[in-house]
Amino acid sequence: MEKITLRVFRGDNVSGGLVDYPVETFPGMVVLDAIHQIQAEQDSTLACRWNCKAAKCGSCSAEVDGKPALMCKTRVDQYPTGTIAVGPMRAFPHIKDLITDVSWNYRMSAKIPPLTPRPENEGKPFKLQQADVDRVQEFRKCIECFLCQDVCHVLREHDRKDAFFGPRQMVRIAALEMHPMDSLNRREQLKGEAGVGMCNITKCCTEVCPEHIHITDNAIIPLKERVADDYYDPIRGLLTKIGIIKRDTKAPLSSVPNDLTKIIVHEPRPVK
Amino acid sequence: MENYETYEYDVLIIGAGGAGLRAVIAAREAGCSVGVVCKSLLGKAHTVMAEGGVAAALNNMTSPDGQKEGDSWKVHFTDTMKGGGFLNNWRTVEIFAKEAPERVLELEQYGAVFDRTPLGDIAQRPFGGHKYRRLNHVGDRTGLELIRTLQDKAVGVGMNVHMEVTLCRLLKDGDRVVGAFGYYRETGKFVVFRAKAVVLATGGWGRMYKFTSNSWEGTGDGLQMAYEAGADLMDMEMIQFHPTGMAWPPGMRGILVTEGVRGEGGILLNNKNERFMFNPEYTPALYKGQFAETPEEGDRWLTDKKNNRRPPELLTRDVVARAIYREVEAGRGTEHKAVELTVSHRGEDYIKRKLPSMYEQFHALGDVDITKQPMEVYPTIHYTMGGVWAEPETCSTTVPGLFAAGEVAAGLHGANRLGGNSLSDIIVFGRRAGAGAAAYAKQATAGAIDPAQIESEIEILMSPLETKGGENPYKIHQELQEIMQTNAMIARTEKGLQEALAKILELQGRAKHMSVPGDREFNPGWHAARDLRFMLRTSEVIVLCAIERKESRGAQWRLDYAEKDDAFWGKRNLIASLQGDAVRITQRPLPEMPEELKQVVEEYK
Repeated sequence: MEKITLRVFRGDNVSGGLVDYPVETFPGMVVLDAIHQIQAEQDSTLACRWNCKAAKCGSCSAEVDGKPALMCKTRVDQYPTGTIAVGPMRAFPHIKDLITDVSWNYRMSAKIPPLTPRPENEGKPFKLQQADVDRVQEFRKCIECFLCQDVCHVLREHDRKDAFFGPRQMVRIAALEMHPMDSLNRREQLKGEAGVGMCNITKCCTEVCPEHIHITDNAIIPLKERVADDYYDPIRGLLTKIGIIKRDTKAPLSSVPNDLTKIIVHEPRPVK
Repeated sequence: MENYETYEYDVLIIGAGGAGLRAVIAAREAGCSVGVVCKSLLGKAHTVMAEGGVAAALNNMTSPDGQKEGDSWKVHFTDTMKGGGFLNNWRTVEIFAKEAPERVLELEQYGAVFDRTPLGDIAQRPFGGHKYRRLNHVGDRTGLELIRTLQDKAVGVGMNVHMEVTLCRLLKDGDRVVGAFGYYRETGKFVVFRAKAVVLATGGWGRMYKFTSNSWEGTGDGLQMAYEAGADLMDMEMIQFHPTGMAWPPGMRGILVTEGVRGEGGILLNNKNERFMFNPEYTPALYKGQFAETPEEGDRWLTDKKNNRRPPELLTRDVVARAIYREVEAGRGTEHKAVELTVSHRGEDYIKRKLPSMYEQFHALGDVDITKQPMEVYPTIHYTMGGVWAEPETCSTTVPGLFAAGEVAAGLHGANRLGGNSLSDIIVFGRRAGAGAAAYAKQATAGAIDPAQIESEIEILMSPLETKGGENPYKIHQELQEIMQTNAMIARTEKGLQEALAKILELQGRAKHMSVPGDREFNPGWHAARDLRFMLRTSEVIVLCAIERKESRGAQWRLDYAEKDDAFWGKRNLIASLQGDAVRITQRPLPEMPEELKQVVEEYK
């Protein structure tokens, strides 16, 4: 048994700081194990989220030594100094210890209409080749850990949650936009409220993705190109106008009514 | 008394895994207002952990001669009954086998993107106990695909989602369930839901065991809430030990290794490098002659499924789990008391394409490259076949206004569940429960909320915060896990079970005086204290039922009653209900299968 020190952020939305906890390690231990050990043996008020402990659910997102990561997938033996700092994701409102309020992500997601099959395919089994769905399947690997949202400059440094849905939702829209059976034209939403233009392609989101989705290269850049083709290409615009290029036959996006689905996480927050 | 918010819905759905979300869609389509409560964030439920696929007899796969394999609901029906030791409710299984294909195709319309065959249909893979290739899949992350699809669809049809709310009690007006009470995890504030009908979709309970693939959520709250409200529980002794949980390193102990590994050709080896599943002793009489008898035949099956029988690694989960247990007990295990599972002969490209998350899981967490090295595996708690008794057509329980679907409900899987049947279970019966609850809600008025019931629950909730110098819930939980792991696991005896029962009763006494530090704001110790009481009562019921069933069938393996007793126990389910403050166990005769279904079984078994 070796001892390490876990330096955990403790506090709420008013005050807080780092607290050191000694932890005894075992082979294969991950940061989440260490947090659990602290809860069971030292302080049961230490708050963190987790579910599957197998990197499948995306609940235990945090910042380990400053880097956004899943605690269940981060081995403690890769930190040779023996001291590991663990803090909450910083792009979202803090609640307590390692817990942040991520409900904004769900509210943005609720604005994106689900797959809407073309009328001729409705109710019938799809015929699709594997090659046609490979790319869409890459995007659907997303486990909604929101680490990409946490590291995104637009959301983290500039707090422009009013202007950009963030990389997670770009991946979701890309999966729908590239689905061979979808009948909606999603570019108006992309250009408008989803704000694909806000992304300046620093690829930080791709770097932290635990599912290794090529968020920037495979999702965001192609979406930017599609929007550019539709809205900013003068030659294409002219050719469409005189009928040489056919207009997209996809139905314009019917936007989702704002209050159709409500995400409720607490009563109005108590004022401290 | 403090104020609390009250929400009113036609239908309240407790649990937002696959069954809960499918129920949301059905209840909304019936025109009801719907509120759904999840213990965690939306989309994080146990459904995400399902890997191998969703079983439905679409019959998409072809033999090398170009003919379809010949799957149908009848074969699926027969396989499911056989796998469950014929303890299943035949009508539940009939509905299930008939409706599963339609529900899977519907998922595709909602946005699920399954792997494809060369002909462009949904690809299906072989799995334990399924006669044909029947598991519609997306690599080894089918559960994630399913929950995300249903989540997006449910959000699109409209609902109120209450995230991170733990419910502790169903509220009753006379005999009828009319709502539920609990607290927001974030603030600790209490909340009341008033509803004309309630759907329970709270999943299983595996946290009382030490080696478990269950998350912190699997503490049996939903089960206990129904039980306390007067619902009958059935088949509670039937707990599935998935044969292949990770056994090394210790940090990963219990994490699931999908059966898909064996479906894709993975083999099990003991420390003598023998494929021990070929030991004829391990094949139950019911399956004799249906599996390959030499490793060579098993290997040929990978490419020619028509002219060869499948390898015995694909026997049902109860059978494989017992075999692994016996190999290790006989000293033929690895140094970590496990056996080896290897798939490396299938080649790096194939493994990375078909089992990407297994590759990643072992690579990142276990320092094992499964394209080159074997995995060490040992049975882990995985699934609960038993649960709240539910009527097959509408999923109504014995309590008016309360419906149950998915893992929390009993009847479909009998004594052992086949892999892949849980994902089709939740979409078939999630829909039926949502529709059943909606129909009930339409003819019902909202009932009265009784403040006394809320008061008594608040007392239980607040006690550990107000008690000083009491027991630590984590300590009691650890002791519970030890005793359940040792005495109520795969191999059971009267003596061991009685010991477990005595220990559980002792722990129940100690759990009345727990104390936890801190306040009500996101306080895991406080949450654990409430969950622990649910776990202790669930454990008591499990052990009592395991003592009562004096035979070995499916997941119930009694060393002191090693034989299957078809004449007596094969015709009975065990029912647990609350009598005053005590558990009452009764035997209930199985419903008689109609003649035409008996013929189906005869023809396809």
